[in-house]
Amino acid sequence: MNPKSLLRNFAIATALFAAMATSPAKAEDTIKIGVLHSLSGTMAISESTLKDTVLMMVNDINKKGGLLGKKVEAVVVDPASNWPLFAEKARELLQKDHVAVVFGCWTSVSRKSVLPVFEELNGLLFYPVQYEGEESSNNVFYTGAAPNQQAIPAVEYLMSKEGGDVKRWVLEGTDYVYPRTTNKILRAFLHSKGVTDADIMENYTPFGFSDWQTEVAAIKKFASAGKKTAVVSTINGDANVPFYKELANQGIKATDIPVVAFSVGEEELSGIDTKNLVGHLAAWNYFESVKNPTNTAFIKEWHAFIKNDKRVTNDPMEATYIGFKMWTQAVMQAGTTNVDAVRQAMYGQKVKAPSGFTVVMNTNHHLSKPVMIGEIRADGQFNVVYKTKTTIKADAWSPYLAEDKGKIADWTFPWVCGNCTTAKYKSYQ
Amino acid sequence: MTRFRVLIFLLLALFALPYRAHADELGAIVQQLGADDFDQKAGAVAALGKLGDPQVVRILDALRDGDLYVDVDHHVVFAKPNDDKYDISDPVTGKALGTVGSDKIDQIIVNNRIRSAIDSAMGGLMLFSDKRDDRLSAAQDALKNPSAARIPALQKAIDAERDDAVRGALQRALAASRLTSDDKKQQLEAIATLAGSNDPDVFNLLSQERNGGNLDPAVKTALDSALASIANRQKFIGAAATIFEGLSLGSILLLAAIGLAITFGVMGVINMAHGEMIMLGAYSAYVVQQLFEAVLPPSWFDAYLIVAVPAGFLIAGAVGVLLERTVIRFLYERPLETLLATWGVSLILQQLVRTVFGAPNKAVANPSWMTGGVQIIGGFTVTWNRLVILVFCFVVLGALALLLKRTRFGLHMRAVTQNRDMAAAMGIPTAQIDALTFGLGSGIAGMAGVALSQIGNVSPNLGTIYIIDSFMVVVFGGVGSLLGTLVGAMSLGIVNKLLEPVAGAVLGKVAVLVLIILFIQKRPRGLFALKGRAAEM
Repeated sequence: MNPKSLLRNFAIATALFAAMATSPAKAEDTIKIGVLHSLSGTMAISESTLKDTVLMMVNDINKKGGLLGKKVEAVVVDPASNWPLFAEKARELLQKDHVAVVFGCWTSVSRKSVLPVFEELNGLLFYPVQYEGEESSNNVFYTGAAPNQQAIPAVEYLMSKEGGDVKRWVLEGTDYVYPRTTNKILRAFLHSKGVTDADIMENYTPFGFSDWQTEVAAIKKFASAGKKTAVVSTINGDANVPFYKELANQGIKATDIPVVAFSVGEEELSGIDTKNLVGHLAAWNYFESVKNPTNTAFIKEWHAFIKNDKRVTNDPMEATYIGFKMWTQAVMQAGTTNVDAVRQAMYGQKVKAPSGFTVVMNTNHHLSKPVMIGEIRADGQFNVVYKTKTTIKADAWSPYLAEDKGKIADWTFPWVCGNCTTAKYKSYQ
Repeated sequence: MTRFRVLIFLLLALFALPYRAHADELGAIVQQLGADDFDQKAGAVAALGKLGDPQVVRILDALRDGDLYVDVDHHVVFAKPNDDKYDISDPVTGKALGTVGSDKIDQIIVNNRIRSAIDSAMGGLMLFSDKRDDRLSAAQDALKNPSAARIPALQKAIDAERDDAVRGALQRALAASRLTSDDKKQQLEAIATLAGSNDPDVFNLLSQERNGGNLDPAVKTALDSALASIANRQKFIGAAATIFEGLSLGSILLLAAIGLAITFGVMGVINMAHGEMIMLGAYSAYVVQQLFEAVLPPSWFDAYLIVAVPAGFLIAGAVGVLLERTVIRFLYERPLETLLATWGVSLILQQLVRTVFGAPNKAVANPSWMTGGVQIIGGFTVTWNRLVILVFCFVVLGALALLLKRTRFGLHMRAVTQNRDMAAAMGIPTAQIDALTFGLGSGIAGMAGVALSQIGNVSPNLGTIYIIDSFMVVVFGGVGSLLGTLVGAMSLGIVNKLLEPVAGAVLGKVAVLVLIILFIQKRPRGLFALKGRAAEM
């Protein structure tokens, strides 16, 4: 990089910031939507792609003549991977910009941070990432997977003959709410399948952890007890690259100790040399490698929009796509962008998704989606080695946790509640 | 390859004369590889292994590498990409069948189960391969999947084997296969052989046997004592492994901190942008890698890292000089303002890299000489990338010490930092020395970045991971002392690795921080405090 181009890029970057700060004056004939994804800080690595996905969808709908006869205008803000700032920016989007809907958040902690704001101001948030469940808000639509659409099918697959008949489990995660909750559910699930605590090892490391020698050695040791062992990884973000590098260099092959990950997709793999990781697994609701016309069109549109044929698509992008499509369909059906009207129109909304399945929005604000297990290929893509025959309905509350017994999430009459054991209204015949 | 084929032919002649007549049978089984069902595929792979035709190795290799496809008529074909299309040929005869578009053929998907089946099907054939590594992995595979059926082949392989390591692996595999027999005497003999091994796979196998039902009491006792003796030796191996892990972590901390030991330790500048210098070094490695891939033939690729080290030094060093000339020189003696200004610079650099290269991680591959590891003793693998970094960090430290103690520039540098006015009075260009010193510190951080790209991420946030650790090392070791930085980094690395298995990674890190805070209370100047006038600065 020569200093001239450096300077030029710097100038461009500055100009961009200036342009973003003074966003265009409000035009009355547009529908504004908010995009609340981190464009700087630690989460920019994952979230900036979702911002581009929303912009691609906006671009697409405007090319087709807009929504309710108006152009759609995206208001992009940068919460900078700073959780309290997420809440501030959400408030700004809802109160100052009066957006009709917000697409945003990645980490569970950012979602928890904005939740009170959306509930107080009756906003609408589409959350596109797989998460730990245990939540259902009237103001959020969750288009990523709940644990029963990702973690549990993955473990079931590994238990099957196909997956290697695994008997011993390492639950390796980053130390925060998503891995801890997921592993709690998984432990309860494993108990229900007759796995004892002696055959489960649970371990947590900090965010951005980079020295995996001890952990990988411990996994190796745990695996040499005469039973087939697998690692269930809820390691998030930047810690994955050094983890996989250490695994590969220590000579652990997928045929010996398979690792199934819930936060590693095509985008994350594009930062890793995958030649030595062939056969390790990931569970998602979508893989770029699935072949169907919707997916082909989706990938083609993405490449054209981002002007780079090498950029990959991934599951959270697909979830963003589904969320955006569903919202536009619901708006067209309701004839307005009013939050209460759109919410009612959302229930039962169907979208033909790039996964090749028709996904449906349920009254618990979660989707029915297919579950797919993929094995890493040498080129950084996944081979789908298992997929459900039909879509699976998301459980907001896990049936495997004792404290969730009897909890129902259903925002339609007579329940109208996200966390209840009895319905709010009596149902009359 | 030809020698290998001849060997296999001889082998086939020995074991199974009536072969060769069934190209048809081979073709029929190969067609079954195209089944939708993994059960059928696994069955076909196993059948191919039993067939023992020399073609089988090539076909199974193609299957594993994903070169086998199913065409529209459900025929299994071998396909090679040719632009957007594929050249297809018959997998058995090799007859070309033309060129088709990618929508006309479907790849045969292989999962871990099929991969294991391929390994064990090829295992029997690979035992006699002329490549040492193939034989070794075949022997290891035979150890993991012992069966009485393999005993004759293993015995033959042991007789023919010249390499000691492979021979040892073969003997263990043979013992493992004998362990599965019903003959008590053979079992006891096998256990005696295996008890001498440190291989975790052997431990795995013996405990599997021990967990199994209806064992003879004598066998049971022998198993218990074998397991106990292996576990006992594993304890010592574990301790050695922990020390190496600690040294390796220490070397990474040291590399990240050496640059800071100069800018902060020697010059006294609180440089919050130090981590971003590391990050720039890592991105230089990425750029050099891309250049090598784009311009030079693939055989040169392994050398990219050699070029990346000076490139990282120069780029980060140049940015360091620029930073010193434009920002830091106005802020000497004002530590708080320096801290804020360099922190701002660090944010600017991060966002700049994000704008230029994009937010996602970049893949920096290990050159082949840094991939994998060497098993020192069962269960203790030293990975090449860590070993190289360990050596590299000592080379850098040694070179730096020489530069400081033996060169004119080093003399000037020490003079300026110890007494600026006096140095200026002696005719030393202090401003120039300041810029060069800061550039040197930044350049070393850049080299550290190149090294760190080999074990971790290359992302715009790379620097933020290392900045706190770097300050910790320098403060703990003693500000201004290179020896202190060395001892500080190594002891932090080892303490961290000793604590981690006991307390877990999160608590371990907390414990280390608390220990350092307590230590600094007691010795505010760190392990190796500078004495004399320089310490008064």
